[in-house]
Amino acid sequence: MATVATAAAAAARHNAALLVPKGDGGSLPVLDSGFFGPRVAFVPEFSPTCTQQNASVRAVMAPPQLQQQRSPASSGIVKHALTATEKILARASEKTQLVPGENVWVKADILMTHDVGAPGTIGIFKREFGKDAKVWDREKVVLIPDHYIFTADERANRNVDILREFALEQDIKYFYDIKDRSNFRANPDYKGVCHVALAQEGHCRPGEVLFGTDSHTCNAGAFGQFATGIGNTDAGFIMGTGQLLIKVPPTLRFVLDGEMPKHLLAKDLILQIIGEISVAGATYKAMEFVGSAVDKMTMEDRMTLCNMVVEAGAKNGVVPADSTTFKYLEGKTTIPYEPVSSDGAASFLQEYRFDVSKLEPVVAKPHSPDNRGLARECKDVKIDRVYIGSCTGGKTEDFLAAAQLMAISGQTVKVPTFLVPATQKVWLDLFTLPVPGAEGLTCAEVFTKAGCDTPTAPSCGACLGGPQDTYARMNEICVSTTNRNFPGRMGNKDAQIYLASPYTAAASALTGFVTDPREFLS
Amino acid sequence: MAVSTVVMRALPSPGIAVSPASSSSSSSSTLSCSRVRSSSSKSRLLQVRAATAVEDGESEGSESGSAATIHGRCFVVGDNIDTDQIIPAEYLTLVPSKPEEYQKLGSYAMIGLPAKWGRFIEEGKSKTEYKVVIGGANFGCGSSREHAPVALGAAGVRAVVAESYARIFFRNSVATGELYPVESQGRICDENKTGDYVTVDLELGTLVNHTTGKQYALKPIGEAGPVIDAGGIFAYARKTGMIPAAA
Repeated sequence: MATVATAAAAAARHNAALLVPKGDGGSLPVLDSGFFGPRVAFVPEFSPTCTQQNASVRAVMAPPQLQQQRSPASSGIVKHALTATEKILARASEKTQLVPGENVWVKADILMTHDVGAPGTIGIFKREFGKDAKVWDREKVVLIPDHYIFTADERANRNVDILREFALEQDIKYFYDIKDRSNFRANPDYKGVCHVALAQEGHCRPGEVLFGTDSHTCNAGAFGQFATGIGNTDAGFIMGTGQLLIKVPPTLRFVLDGEMPKHLLAKDLILQIIGEISVAGATYKAMEFVGSAVDKMTMEDRMTLCNMVVEAGAKNGVVPADSTTFKYLEGKTTIPYEPVSSDGAASFLQEYRFDVSKLEPVVAKPHSPDNRGLARECKDVKIDRVYIGSCTGGKTEDFLAAAQLMAISGQTVKVPTFLVPATQKVWLDLFTLPVPGAEGLTCAEVFTKAGCDTPTAPSCGACLGGPQDTYARMNEICVSTTNRNFPGRMGNKDAQIYLASPYTAAASALTGFVTDPREFLS
Repeated sequence: MAVSTVVMRALPSPGIAVSPASSSSSSSSTLSCSRVRSSSSKSRLLQVRAATAVEDGESEGSESGSAATIHGRCFVVGDNIDTDQIIPAEYLTLVPSKPEEYQKLGSYAMIGLPAKWGRFIEEGKSKTEYKVVIGGANFGCGSSREHAPVALGAAGVRAVVAESYARIFFRNSVATGELYPVESQGRICDENKTGDYVTVDLELGTLVNHTTGKQYALKPIGEAGPVIDAGGIFAYARKTGMIPAAA
């Protein structure tokens, strides 16, 4: 351990030495503040260009309340009460206080990259720090091939080779490799979708800072940490220095209270919220989720919430850690962590309150995640297929939910139904975990009985289209548990994607039309 | 919010130096300065770029803004142009840091756009004739893929002028130095047409449409300007002495 720590420290020192210290004795030069963001007014004046229909959604929330509006320029006042996001960034930048809008240098606890982001990131890292440069910490760079894996595309396969070469050269501790593409089970290290793998492998910890070359890195905010997506250049910078200059986001608070109806899932909540504030409603902001409904959520539910904050433009999502978090982490990580939560007197840009007991299953209609509609009002939309998978909707509990509904119905699917487990662990769960109320049948057995496709090899699959030979890549009308439905997202510009919860997806598969799950769950 | 009432810097007399259109522009490219001047009728007043800077005071004495002038045809789109439209996922196997693949990425820029916006790159060509992309709200939303600003830059785009940006796209544009992500004061995509000749002047903070004669105010590019001028965050850090020259 001592050798590793010494080597890591040496690498970081070498790379940090490339940054010339300022004459005033500051330890790191501060690049001119403000250049990493357009000058967003602290109190935004935007009017959301929301494309949502004004469907008859019952009043479920109080009007948004603007919290105290402070202009950073006028604040000579020391601010003691911080939001969870502010606390995490303060600790990571070794400051006692900071304000939204401020640019700060933070230390990264984890940098994640995958087969799409890594080759470019590595190219930049070597170009800028030298071809023989070492990463700042071989235990903090996590390499997870997951995007274009089960394909004959040569460049895609070459990109996984690039990852492997780098992992060997740098002696990277966490590289979830795959070599035998014809049989994913023959690859003991291979995990699958990066965001679910990060959680399952214990890389997500409360209070930490996680960067990933993927927009859905915000998924990890479910663990009460700051997690956000970045591009190759920023990632290359972190690879060399272990730090990044970022702007502190103000926080939007979402208070979700009430008893969750049996037919409603976390996916319905986040689609509801995105429909409310629009795809740019949280741009440059943090989205914090609290409330009695959140308290009762499992870690996978919380991940579903945080996963899609980027679809509202948010920088990060956060669910403060609690006993549910600690229990999940038991046995997964040995690295100590320190949870944070927002101070009672902390300032939030806006607060939204929801009574979840009054909500109904919703979908995001083509072609925007904020194009919200009630599932029951889309019942005349005939569909061609259903896709259950991705970091958003391909976790174990997502499949359990879908299987549960299908088992209750006792019916078979009317359209091809594709099942893409996010990781090897999820895949295994499908074949081992009994579905509650299905007389001992496993998910896989329920799905087979209902006529679904066999659960396929875990990866990102068709969520983002991918090479031409990607499983379930399509150009039809589809109900999907994924996260985006912009034109061409799943492979074809003419396809129409309805984003939905696993319950809604399963119900729709059984009828061949977009279907409210209450048709099957009384 | 059509013709802006932005006040312009006093112009040096014989008129604005209009940069000649780059080689890829097709038809006649020398514009008469008088035509430009007439569209900027308020040209005698003081520059107030500093005054139009939104909150968050610029640090005293810091280098900010850019003197870049971009002249050429514009390609106009609308709101929420997401990264899957700018560069569909199937092309993400191309690695931007490899020169041949960088060029290939450029040839696929905007290929995911619905047909209604028109062709961004002519059939058989690998670069676009449009130097400026004009967009609406939330330009570049969706994925964190750096391939998006890279593809646009590799294709020949030098600036995007949009009402607002998605966070990661803006940040990646600055970090790579591939293009200037400029914000217009208000919405301008409804008044400009694909093919119009425009001049984007970052120092004056204006977009002039020579085809319609109209002019629009831009928000200051601020500290992002010098970073992009230098060619991205690493180049900027080297140029300003923060990092020694590449090993």
